[in-house]
Amino acid sequence: MREFQFARAADPAGACSAAAGAGRFIAGGTNLLDLMKLEIERPEKLVDISRLPLDEVEETPEGGLRIGALVPNADLAAHAAVRMRYPVLSRALLAGASGQLRNKASTGGNLLQRTRCYYFYDTAMPCNKRDPGSGCGAIGGFNRIHAILGASDKCIATHPSDMAVAMRALDAQVETLKGDGSTRSIAISELYRLPGDTPEIENVLEQGELITHVVLPPPPPGRHAYRKVRDRASYAFALVSVAAIVAVEDGRITSARLAFGGLAHMPWRDPAVEDLLVGQAPGEEAFRRAADKLLENARGYGGNDFKIPLARRTLMATLHDIAGGRA
Amino acid sequence: MSEYKMDQPVGASPLDRGVQGIIGEPLNRVEGRRKVAGDVPYAADHKVEGKLAVGVAICSTIGFGRVKGFDTSKAEAMPGVLAAIVDDPRIPRETAGFSDEKLVTGNDRVDSYGQSLGVVVAETFEQARAAANAVKVEYDPGEGRFDAGAGRGGARPLGDEGMVPDTTVGDIDAAMASAPHTLDRTYETPSHAHAAMEPHAAIAVWEGDSLTVYTSIQITSGAKKKLVNTLGLGSDKARIVSPYIGGGFGGKGGLGTECVLAAIAAKRIGRPVKLVITRQQLFHLVYRRSDTVQRMRLACDADGRLTAFGQDSIVSQNDGRPFYEPVPLGSLALYAGANRSFTTKAYTLNIPHCGSVRAPGEAVGILGVECAMDEMAEQLGMDPVEFRKLNEPEKDLTRNRPFSERQLVQCMEEGARRFGWERRNAKPLQEREGEWWIGRGMAAAIRVNMLTNAQARLRIEPGGKVVVETDMTDIGTGSYTILSQIAGEILGMPIESVEVRLGDSLFPAAFGSGGSMGAASSGSAVALAAEDAVAELAARMGTSVKDLTLKDGHAIAGNRRVPVGDLVAQKTIETTGTIKPGAMAKQYDQAAYGAHFVEVAVSGVTGETRIRKVTSVFAAGRILNAKTARSQAIGGIIWGIGEALTEEAVTDPRYGNFANNDLAEYHVPVHADIPHLDVTFLPELDDKTNPLKIKGIGELGIAGIGAAVNNAIYNATGVRVYEFPITLDKVLAGLPAEAA
Ligand SMILES: Cc1cc2nc3c(=O)[nH]c(=O)nc-3n(C[C@H](O)[C@H](O)[C@H](O)COP(=O)(O)OP(=O)(O)OC[C@H]3O[C@@H](n4cnc5c(N)ncnc54)[C@H](O)[C@@H]3O)c2cc1C
Ligand code: SF4
Repeated sequence: MREFQFARAADPAGACSAAAGAGRFIAGGTNLLDLMKLEIERPEKLVDISRLPLDEVEETPEGGLRIGALVPNADLAAHAAVRMRYPVLSRALLAGASGQLRNKASTGGNLLQRTRCYYFYDTAMPCNKRDPGSGCGAIGGFNRIHAILGASDKCIATHPSDMAVAMRALDAQVETLKGDGSTRSIAISELYRLPGDTPEIENVLEQGELITHVVLPPPPPGRHAYRKVRDRASYAFALVSVAAIVAVEDGRITSARLAFGGLAHMPWRDPAVEDLLVGQAPGEEAFRRAADKLLENARGYGGNDFKIPLARRTLMATLHDIAGGRA
Repeated sequence: MSEYKMDQPVGASPLDRGVQGIIGEPLNRVEGRRKVAGDVPYAADHKVEGKLAVGVAICSTIGFGRVKGFDTSKAEAMPGVLAAIVDDPRIPRETAGFSDEKLVTGNDRVDSYGQSLGVVVAETFEQARAAANAVKVEYDPGEGRFDAGAGRGGARPLGDEGMVPDTTVGDIDAAMASAPHTLDRTYETPSHAHAAMEPHAAIAVWEGDSLTVYTSIQITSGAKKKLVNTLGLGSDKARIVSPYIGGGFGGKGGLGTECVLAAIAAKRIGRPVKLVITRQQLFHLVYRRSDTVQRMRLACDADGRLTAFGQDSIVSQNDGRPFYEPVPLGSLALYAGANRSFTTKAYTLNIPHCGSVRAPGEAVGILGVECAMDEMAEQLGMDPVEFRKLNEPEKDLTRNRPFSERQLVQCMEEGARRFGWERRNAKPLQEREGEWWIGRGMAAAIRVNMLTNAQARLRIEPGGKVVVETDMTDIGTGSYTILSQIAGEILGMPIESVEVRLGDSLFPAAFGSGGSMGAASSGSAVALAAEDAVAELAARMGTSVKDLTLKDGHAIAGNRRVPVGDLVAQKTIETTGTIKPGAMAKQYDQAAYGAHFVEVAVSGVTGETRIRKVTSVFAAGRILNAKTARSQAIGGIIWGIGEALTEEAVTDPRYGNFANNDLAEYHVPVHADIPHLDVTFLPELDDKTNPLKIKGIGELGIAGIGAAVNNAIYNATGVRVYEFPITLDKVLAGLPAEAA
């Protein structure tokens, strides 16, 4: 067996100091352990954070929610305040994985789960993300599940999370604690990185930086929808997903937030798309222009070309569902 | 000792005479409770004497080439490692198929990605796995043929080599040239994996030069033969024990590398060794179902009567393997048409070889036939059921022989009635619920029926307990239960008084589970043994078999009612029954039949398909247990739905690997994909098949269902997909533009 050290953290600060150097946090383990079994991840030290007291969902003075990093996906989806005020989040969570996995999966772990790219998963294959410089197996290979936006010639992987897509639409803030005791709050739009030349670096967190909470600002106005399109009715990752929160007043769209899964290396959001919608009357015309904007720079790699029309159609149907304007 | 050869129709069946009243009943599996309680040992669960070590297979990471050398030094130095074995000439490269005599051995070359090259043994699984990863293999890669598209062009005719020899009747080209209605269409299906729930696993234990292997195998006697042949052992030096199996689907039909690797390792280290093939390894280490290309040619006269019916296919196989997917197996007899062509070509792919996967032949072959029949019915403006009824042949027109029992038309009629077929719209794009297009489709099902040699031993022990032993297996299908029912029915015993012991190569040889012939073959052997026991009981009662009634553990003759236990108090009764196939198999075309009716909803936005309703009606001889039979049927239907919508082992033609080699990305149906399945078996007794008058049912459900799904998708959307699986992108491509 590949030996590693194991430490169980008693409190967040202890977790950070235990992870200093080369430690990796393990929460639910539903992603990290699979990757370790296949030797895709080879941590020298595991720091078990699953018993840290970060498993509460609290109201914030501003009227939002502060979600502990260890709140299980199942609990968060079922939380009354989430269901009532952030239905897009509840639906996204329930669209992910299976009941058993959601019981085990944590909020922090879900944000940082890694891509499901087939070539990333087979250590005999080239993969710049797993083995920088070895090439990208997916380009020129089987890339049904891969990115059409924001990819690079080094990596075309997607981020697989559903939850993170809803959080991106909700403008969540990710609170962290570092080894030196300092904390920071990172907008979810700043958390992830596009692959560029360094697909192995997926987010802006530093070594040993612990996600402690995810803060949701007060719920934005409008109706919520999360639509996930996948290869079977349940228990499959998104080919395309749309988290949408749209408000319509007096026949005009007054606010729109749209985030997408399955399209890119991060949950995708494009303010220009939303800007095009605000002030417009809901309808085919406005939705089409939004979809055009979203997919302006989309590029398929063969196996995933279908995601371009699929994303367009899914977006338009979702907008029709929550904003109306069907002929 | 009773031996029976199926040379003529059976007349009265021993089951017809039984009065216990348990045959056919929907009894629970006799071992069901213990199974769900985790109380039965699957392959890797057996407790053995001695300190168990754990092996992990070393698998190739290239698709084709030579192995120049191994460096095991790093692996051997790792904690807990007992041995890294790459120097045994008997190291098997790949799983053996049903008909192989032995495994292909020798780790000096690679014929396919992921094949086994050796084994690492350690104290724990984790240690062995890490060490197996640390073995360095130096390759000299060759030019593998991994690209199906490139290979098919050069496919060679199989002639008589395949399981179904090429057959032509009349002149199909002439018939196609002259008919008013013709269809010439090509359908494709991809490679499939068995993906059984229980992975292949083995525990090997040596006592001196005698080997026992606990494993998960469908056919113990065949496996034992392959094991001794591969290892070079005397035929009495090995025993295979396989009492419980978590699914096989043909993938456990031959012999897995795990058995040989575990045996080699156990001998080397002088300890028992357990070896479980990991899920990712399974995709490459067990044979696949071949991809197929099926050219369907149909011609009809002006009234819709078929004048030509042909299915010419291309399949793949790796070098030097004898098995070819028998695509037209079920198609041969299905419909009328004086001019017929069923030919198969094969091309080489240096990827994991092909072998039996549930319903070899029909599982893929009926897709082409039944999609083409739907297209032709549409061309003729006929209802698909009526078109099929019009083309019901009076006999098998390919092999020119009569049917034994065939109720295809009755299945279609009853299915149409139960399903509400009259609600089907004749044209696509007629019915809509929100964004969902609703459509209905149907297809016929057929699966050939077979019988093979089998033997069973039966004892009535003091106290009246009945013990049945045969090396038949229970792969989860219910063999324990139906064999208990057969013995109990004939001997007048409640099922609790019968103990069936299976899956041990020391027991009398049956074929095992495979080809849907396990129940017929081993069940007949048990019935024959039971009949002999009845004769002996009659003798001990001083009466004739005719005047003896056996019920509830008692023998009744005239005014005497004696516990069977009393009749064996002095002397156990032991009998053996042997069944042999005979002339009936050649004289009659034997098959089980069915009809599937499917309602789908297809999203006009995304092309996603949801199955809303399935009605299937089968006619498959006598049903031994209504519950286990239904379970077999729905298992087949569910797999068939997966075959239709999602299942595809995707080869990367650059490397020869399967890219989606786990169950997260090799998509089989989940609960949400499957609605309630309405399954009916029509009453049927077939006296040409076997003494039980039953037919095989394990592989019937999967046949045709995928075509019914495809036909329903067309009926909903007007999109016909010619390449399975029908994933949403293929439907999307044909949907009206932004119908959102
Ligand atoms: C078969 C299968 C199907 C799935 N389907 C879906 C799906 O459809 N949709 C979907 O969204 N997800 C799906 N998932 C993924 C699942 O949601 C993730 O595995 C899960 O959310 C990860 O959470 P965890 O707590 O188990 O993370 P872990 O495995 O414990 O950790 C994952 C990563 O996050 C890091 N980490 C964890 N917590 C913290 C923290 N507090 N601070 C800093 N770093 C941290 C770890 O170091 C590790 O790198 C599926 C998973 C499986 C196995
Ligand atoms: S897409 Fe990214 S993760 Fe996949 S093979 Fe290429 S580099 Fe690796």
